[in-house]
Amino acid sequence: MLNFVVRRLLAILPVLLAVSLLTFLIASLLPGDLAYVILGDQATPENVAALRRDMGLDQPLWWRYLSWLGHVLQGDLGRSFRTGQTVLQAVGERIPVSLQLMLMAEFIGLLIGVPVAIACAARAGGAFDRFMTGSAFAMLSMPSFLMAILLIYLFAVELHWLPATGYVPFTEEPLANLRFFVLPALTLALAEWPGIMRVLRSDMIATLQEDYIALAKAKGLKPSRILFVHALKPSSLTLVTVTGINIGRLLGGTLIVETIFALPGIGRLLVGAIYTRDLVILQGVVLLVACGFVIVNFIVDMLYAVLDPRIRHGHA
Amino acid sequence: MPLLTIEDVAVELPTPRGNLRAVDRVDLSLEAGRTLGIVGESGCGKTMLSRAVLQLLPKKAKLTGRVMFDGVDLVRLDSERLRQLRGRDLAVVFQDPMTSLNPVLTIGTQLMETIQEHLELDVAAARARSIELLAAVGIPAPEQRLAQYPHQCSGGMRQRIAIAIALSCEPKLLIADEPTTALDVTIQAQILDLLAREQRRRHMAMIIITHDLGVVAGRADEVAVMYAGRVVERAPTPALFKRMHMPYTEALLAAIPKLETAPHTPLPAISGRPPDPTRPLKGCSFAPRCRYAGARCHEAKPELKAAEMPDHLYACFHPIPVTEEVGA
Repeated sequence: MLNFVVRRLLAILPVLLAVSLLTFLIASLLPGDLAYVILGDQATPENVAALRRDMGLDQPLWWRYLSWLGHVLQGDLGRSFRTGQTVLQAVGERIPVSLQLMLMAEFIGLLIGVPVAIACAARAGGAFDRFMTGSAFAMLSMPSFLMAILLIYLFAVELHWLPATGYVPFTEEPLANLRFFVLPALTLALAEWPGIMRVLRSDMIATLQEDYIALAKAKGLKPSRILFVHALKPSSLTLVTVTGINIGRLLGGTLIVETIFALPGIGRLLVGAIYTRDLVILQGVVLLVACGFVIVNFIVDMLYAVLDPRIRHGHA
Repeated sequence: MPLLTIEDVAVELPTPRGNLRAVDRVDLSLEAGRTLGIVGESGCGKTMLSRAVLQLLPKKAKLTGRVMFDGVDLVRLDSERLRQLRGRDLAVVFQDPMTSLNPVLTIGTQLMETIQEHLELDVAAARARSIELLAAVGIPAPEQRLAQYPHQCSGGMRQRIAIAIALSCEPKLLIADEPTTALDVTIQAQILDLLAREQRRRHMAMIIITHDLGVVAGRADEVAVMYAGRVVERAPTPALFKRMHMPYTEALLAAIPKLETAPHTPLPAISGRPPDPTRPLKGCSFAPRCRYAGARCHEAKPELKAAEMPDHLYACFHPIPVTEEVGA
């Protein structure tokens, strides 16, 4: 098992390196000189040249990459030239919002998707299965802004149960914080559960055809034990992958949902950085989000090993 | 009263090409503590018949007839009572131990869950019993095995574990569905001997399903030969090997490679293929492949009935003449 962990860790190092290179290139190759962006249209050529020298922009690309990477490795991702905030400060402020949104959305998504998938697989082709598969498809094809508007209309405008927009930190007013998060998390979850449900359902249906399920029935085990113990675990590998990808994606913030519900998360930080051409923030945030994605996928790999002993022992 | 009576059992499976009659009106019975061998080639319906007894047929399959087990009709038993019966009184060992054990659960879990489901034992007692069972089926260091997963054991070992699971609640009937087909030849005899030994010790009835007449030769009290979903010959094992009536049985025996034949002798395989089960023949199903077949064989189906000996049944218009006796 330790061997497995070490091998996986070694495998993600080149990935992280590639991520850093790509992130750097994206920011560097964007049209428009950073010095002009900072100095504005009043800049004189001398000012620009001086700033370029200060920022190292006159150096060759590979040198700039290496020196940036060197700073990054020391924990210095740079500082916004607009707000003066460091990347880590800006992300540190926003990440709790995106993290909470992600956790709540994924939790609600799994809470709906997993039981529905199991119920559908247990009676595949039955009335419930057909109805839920159809509903899942309908929800999957509904864009999140539409879902958000519908939910706001229903729960905020008509029923007055929940606030439409706003945010307070959990540490200040936990209850109000949760109320602010219900609708955005639900919006995301309603788009997440169909994917969760569909992969788990089809894996589960395949597993239920296995010999060992027939033997579990022949052993006289209770149907619930067959479904939850014998079938669910070997069927959850794809589910874990999908959940991992979802988490990675939501970690990077969800632009539309954060905007509609006025949540100050990573998504809005990124959009702001793009609009104001704040390349240092952009570059730093993209790098951190990509690293988060890689780490989540590393955790997913570890979960495979927890779920399937054959992977743990290097058999499969 | 026999422990198990299969009465007029038929299994039909809907396929895109029409209904497939996998089992065609089979009658069999088995006394407590006895062994019945069901022999036939692939697709003859022997596995479907065993699944019919276990009530583990595919959802779309249509089963008719009665399966009386220990005084109750399994076909009409409600699912909860059936569940309580399975694993306790009625156990099974499947063909392929590579797929019949759950890959993500430990051997201990898979043994103990059966024991705890059916017997009122606490964890410690169930564990002790599991160790006992593993030792009984010849697993070395059984205590360590409990924490292992199936992929950490060899095929023969896994089949022994599957047998231990089947034996765990002292079943009255054990169905062994080609228990040695997926195993190395060297392991096959060991597994069959293990099954025979445990059967005698526990006085349980057993059905051995196989395509190999050699497997049932010394081990079954009675043999039923199946072809195209029907039982075509049925007799006490010694009587059957003394004299086979049905040409199919003879051909099945002739197709087993023998040690004494000279090298490079072609194996007398049965030419042709079994009939399409979705298009039943009017006459005897074996007639197209049978060297004794006459005009009548293609026109009418022979009934399964006894002739000289009351317990030797066969379905054939032209049974093998006495002179052409095949040695067992």
